[in-house]
Amino acid sequence: MQRNSLQEQTRRTWLTSSGCGAGAAALAALLTDDGLLPAAGAAAPTPLTPAAAAAASVAEQLSHFAPKAKSCIFLFQAGAPSHLDLFDPKPRLNELDGKPLPKEMLEQVRFAFIQKDAAVLLGSPRRWRRHGECGMDFSDFLPRLSQFADDILMIRSMHSEQFNHHPGQLLLSCGRAAFGLPTVGSWLSYGLGSDSRNLPAYVVLTSGRGSSGGASLWSSGFLPSHHAGVLFRNQGDPVLNLSSPAGISGIQQRRSLDTLNALNNARFEQIQDPEINSRIASYELAFRMQSAAPELIDLGGESKATLDAYGIDRPQHPQATGRGNVANAHLTYARNCLLARRMVERGVRFVNLIYEAWDQHSDLDKDLQYNSWVVDQPIAALLGDLKQRGLLDTTLVVWGAEFGRTPLGENRRGRAANTGRDHHPFSFSLWMAGGGIRGGQTWGASDEIGWHAAERPVHMNDLQATLLHLFGLNHLQLTHRFQGRDFRLTDVGGRVMTEWLV
Amino acid sequence: MLRLRLLLTTLLLAAAATRMDATAAVPLPPGPQSSQTAVQTPVDPIAALQLLKSRCWSCHSAEKRESGLRLDVREHVLGGGDSGPAAVPGDGRSSRLLARVSSPNVDERMPPEGPALTAAETVLLSAWIDSGMVWPEGAEATVVPRHWSWQPLVPQLPESASTAPAGAHEIDLFIRDRLQHSGLSPAPSASRETLIRRASLDLTGLLPTPAEVDAFVADQAPGAWERVVDRLLASPHFGERWGRHWLDRARYADSDGYEKDNARPDAWRWRDWVIDAFNSDMPFNQFTVEQLAGDLLPEATPMQRLATAFHRQTLTNTEGGTDQEEFRVEACFDRTETTGAVWLGLTVGCARCHSHKYDPLSQREYYQLFAVFNNADETTAVVPLPEADVRAWPERQARHVEKERALQVRLQELQGPLLPQFETWLAERQAAPTGEPAGTAMPDDVRKALAAGNGRSPAQASLLLAFWGRSQPALKSVYEEIDQHKKASPQKPEITVRVLAARTRDPRTTWVLRRGEFLEPLKELVVEPAAPAILPPLQSRNPGQPPDRLDFARWLVSPEHPLVPRVAVNHIWARLFGQGLVRTVGDFGVRGEQPSHPELLDWLATRFTGRPLSGLQPGWPQLAPWSQKQLIRLILTSATYQQSSAQHAEGQRLDPLNRLLWRQNRLRVEGEIVRDISLQAAGLLSTKIGGPSVFPPLPAGVAELSYANNFRWIESTGEDRFRRGLYTFFKRTSPHPSLTTFDCPDANTTCIERTQSNTPLQALVTLNNEVFSESARALAGRLLALPSGDTVQQLREGFRICTSRVPSSEELRQLSLLLAEFEADYQQDPAAAGKLAQPAATATDPSAVSRLAALTAVCRVLLNLDEFITRE
Repeated sequence: MQRNSLQEQTRRTWLTSSGCGAGAAALAALLTDDGLLPAAGAAAPTPLTPAAAAAASVAEQLSHFAPKAKSCIFLFQAGAPSHLDLFDPKPRLNELDGKPLPKEMLEQVRFAFIQKDAAVLLGSPRRWRRHGECGMDFSDFLPRLSQFADDILMIRSMHSEQFNHHPGQLLLSCGRAAFGLPTVGSWLSYGLGSDSRNLPAYVVLTSGRGSSGGASLWSSGFLPSHHAGVLFRNQGDPVLNLSSPAGISGIQQRRSLDTLNALNNARFEQIQDPEINSRIASYELAFRMQSAAPELIDLGGESKATLDAYGIDRPQHPQATGRGNVANAHLTYARNCLLARRMVERGVRFVNLIYEAWDQHSDLDKDLQYNSWVVDQPIAALLGDLKQRGLLDTTLVVWGAEFGRTPLGENRRGRAANTGRDHHPFSFSLWMAGGGIRGGQTWGASDEIGWHAAERPVHMNDLQATLLHLFGLNHLQLTHRFQGRDFRLTDVGGRVMTEWLV
Repeated sequence: MLRLRLLLTTLLLAAAATRMDATAAVPLPPGPQSSQTAVQTPVDPIAALQLLKSRCWSCHSAEKRESGLRLDVREHVLGGGDSGPAAVPGDGRSSRLLARVSSPNVDERMPPEGPALTAAETVLLSAWIDSGMVWPEGAEATVVPRHWSWQPLVPQLPESASTAPAGAHEIDLFIRDRLQHSGLSPAPSASRETLIRRASLDLTGLLPTPAEVDAFVADQAPGAWERVVDRLLASPHFGERWGRHWLDRARYADSDGYEKDNARPDAWRWRDWVIDAFNSDMPFNQFTVEQLAGDLLPEATPMQRLATAFHRQTLTNTEGGTDQEEFRVEACFDRTETTGAVWLGLTVGCARCHSHKYDPLSQREYYQLFAVFNNADETTAVVPLPEADVRAWPERQARHVEKERALQVRLQELQGPLLPQFETWLAERQAAPTGEPAGTAMPDDVRKALAAGNGRSPAQASLLLAFWGRSQPALKSVYEEIDQHKKASPQKPEITVRVLAARTRDPRTTWVLRRGEFLEPLKELVVEPAAPAILPPLQSRNPGQPPDRLDFARWLVSPEHPLVPRVAVNHIWARLFGQGLVRTVGDFGVRGEQPSHPELLDWLATRFTGRPLSGLQPGWPQLAPWSQKQLIRLILTSATYQQSSAQHAEGQRLDPLNRLLWRQNRLRVEGEIVRDISLQAAGLLSTKIGGPSVFPPLPAGVAELSYANNFRWIESTGEDRFRRGLYTFFKRTSPHPSLTTFDCPDANTTCIERTQSNTPLQALVTLNNEVFSESARALAGRLLALPSGDTVQQLREGFRICTSRVPSSEELRQLSLLLAEFEADYQQDPAAAGKLAQPAATATDPSAVSRLAALTAVCRVLLNLDEFITRE
């Protein structure tokens, strides 16, 4: 309980910018040196700066208990994949294919597009098999991922109350369908800082088209902006403005900074504002990022076997189709999965890998097949790679979306056939692996047609509480006061699902 | 590390001290005990009441009675709430109050928020109840005077004012009084160079030119500073700078928000209204009323309707399959909460789902505020374009008419010789009225005109002439030119904008919504617009009818309002010092911070409203009621504002956060301004004010990340590439990264105060971004064009342009060294020089190119100085 005031006091002490700004804290996240992890348990090496020292201490103070996870790779399947065709087989739904839903069920609900009166159930044509020792169900669309059944915790009873994309994505990212709040990665950055000396704590990778939520999905909300996700790009510099202007070499950049530092130092001698020192350190960090980020995205050191496993150069699917087939998503997804591993190795705290592709209101079979193909191999390779390198134990991998899809076929007006599914927040599936999660479990269940979360339901806030817990953070205590209220990621809910943990 | 440890120790010691104070009077350890043994030493009842006040009364008092329980009156404590009496005097241990505050079960333990009571606090409560729960008459009033911010304003000069030297500035009296009591003295005035730079950045967001600096430094006549301030206040850029502050609060953007995030091509019109309002110093009360209820003013003008677009900056969700009522209600929540934050400084949003946990604001009261906006509909209005366009229109129109006339004359001239042919054609057609030449489609009206024969009207005659003429090779092009010209007829100087307007039919009933859920109105709880009980009552101007938006807006700016003037003055103060007198500028509630100088805040708030005030000294200026410019001027003319911002050990030790203002604060300029002043130093900045938002260069791949890639960023050309940052088109789901990297708000919710971070990504922007290298290059070109070709002069002038001061010899030496090194490099590597100097380098002389490149590299350092982007 003392933590809150401690947090505030320490932050105040090192946020030196005339009491007006975040100041040196900006650095703290990035400056914290390797080895300053609370999990390491060892004595911290000599810190770089007082700011880094403060960050390290806060990280120690803020971990409420020994963390299992050091990093998280969040596979954000934006648009909402159909759980009924990937993870949650419903034989009964197939039997009822073409039949209307009982009226009393319909009255209670709202849809985005479905015309309620004429709606009928839509069975799944997928073939299902049980995998692993645990016998976890996967459809035939994810043949490689299913090999990791025993590492996966499959949650089949997720539920949400948002049935439009952007609000749903905000709920998943921020704990509430509202603007102005920090996202999960920002909370982790705020709570624990970064383990990387040269890279941001929170990175965003995208494949394919833009997402419904846009920049709000990696916003730091009311937290200082250095906790926001840093978007890595698929073209040009990996980070915006990373390259020095043409005609300025590395040596010249160094020389420019030396002069800049000398002038700024002289100013500091006069004015004594510690914010000037923070600025000097920011520039140094920027300089280091200029070499660290290109090193990160240079895959030259990866073996051919690794590159092939992820499918870095794989040929396009013969039936490439639908909204997921944009801007060579099959290649960027493979590359982003590999980059995610490389980031985790280098201490990045949270990697959000967004693929907005799954909103199949029509042509579900074809499009879902394609999207599944895009992600199946790279994700399986990622899990295998992390495992092989001993990183899976400390890396939490989450597959998640804002909701699932309806057991009803989508009979939108003006469409001849039901070939898709509408938005469905009442029950959907999500999985996690690594980072302290006990794999080989299927948690909860939807009802016999996949409508409601029938057994052991899990709210988004429960998921978030558990995620923080895996990082050694108590979701009730990781708070930030804004406008008089102590905000937390889990809003007013959240239960740590201790049954999921190793 | 050490620092942290020390701090921890201090904290623990402080906690221990508290514990000792509290426990001195009562035996430890606590445990079941008879009341006889407990009552040994008297307990301070005020301490116990203080504790109840700080931890219980926010939920259990007159203003809010959670579970039917009040703990602010002795009888109520005895009577208890829904679950029975809270305390039995003489028996602390078995009192329900004690059981709840010391419960090991977290779900049961009170208070539900914040830390549990310490052992010492529990013991104190227990002992107080044991000793008979003494409750001195009227103690609750002395324990807790009503929260400061909702008490009436008490403008009062400090006592030391009476002995202050004549001519002392009113603000300085308050500030110096506090400093003196704390053993601190105010900092000396900043240098004139710093002062003019500070004021220019604060009032216009632009750098002073070296000539302006020189003039001010040289102006030794009295009133030099006031003349600078007045010039800046009168600058049209004042409205840009202060308008942008307001746009933050208004969550202004050029797009809808949410998934589709469609463009709002009319949004800029309201933005320009804001700029104009600041430039014309529209009184804040009028500014308020027009924005919240301009449509309801008697005979509302189009501009007053336009003002209501303040609350059309709410987001619009056009995602497929949305329930529009859901997002209408959402926008209405936003209006309620933004109004609460901007004018009242209250976090009313907390009460959307449940009564406020800290401030006395019930859920019902929230919906009474919500009801103010619930019958405002989203609609559009046609309003005039900015004045310049309106002024230009008659002339443009006249030119257009004139040109058309000229074209007609030319047509007639060409037609003249051909008329006989026309007559022939006409005669042939009339002879065979039904027979048309193959392939000629004859419109009905032409056929009719033809059929009318000699009875045809003049209009019909000219119709026929035109029909025929268009097929004549000699006339065709003139006709086409006339057609083109007509199409290009100047648009009327007006624009359709999104506004709010009172609903005229089917007024909505407002209910309390259970947990803020739009589908769950509590039908038994109908509410009408009303003010929260802690504030003065809101009255309707129409007897017998509930108050409406206009009543509400006028209520906000009634001079008696305790919150609005304080909040407004605090906002202005915060912009000029980097922190408010109340540092939590968005929270004047019980969780907010106390003002550092409450008397000064009340003094200025009263001055602001124009209410009569005693103690005004001769020589102090009269202020026009609600004038923001005059209040700003008052602040700028204080010595407090003009202090140096340098730190010193004594101040850092006694007041590290500078709450007492023993110096000015140093502030990094805002994101827009970082770019503005770089362009300005380079001589590239366009100073054009207002107009449609612009599209300066955007890195590839950014716009593509908007949903479904439905948005094209078509780069502006010419001057519009170099407009001030506030005119950059703001797309909510993919805002310009150079803005957001420097903490510009995301425009999704109201932003009362920007965060100010200092990150490596910012360094990358100013070091490497195209706009900034372009600026460095242009600045170098500017220096090379100076009449004196002397290197030192060039560097000196460059430094002056960027920092407004003359560099020291050491600074000059550093820069000269760097320049020499770069020049040597570039002489050896002309290709590299060409890359940096291009495209500005038109010279073919390689030494000129390497010179320009080297100076560009040095200017790049100048534009990255901490001092450059800092307002000292």
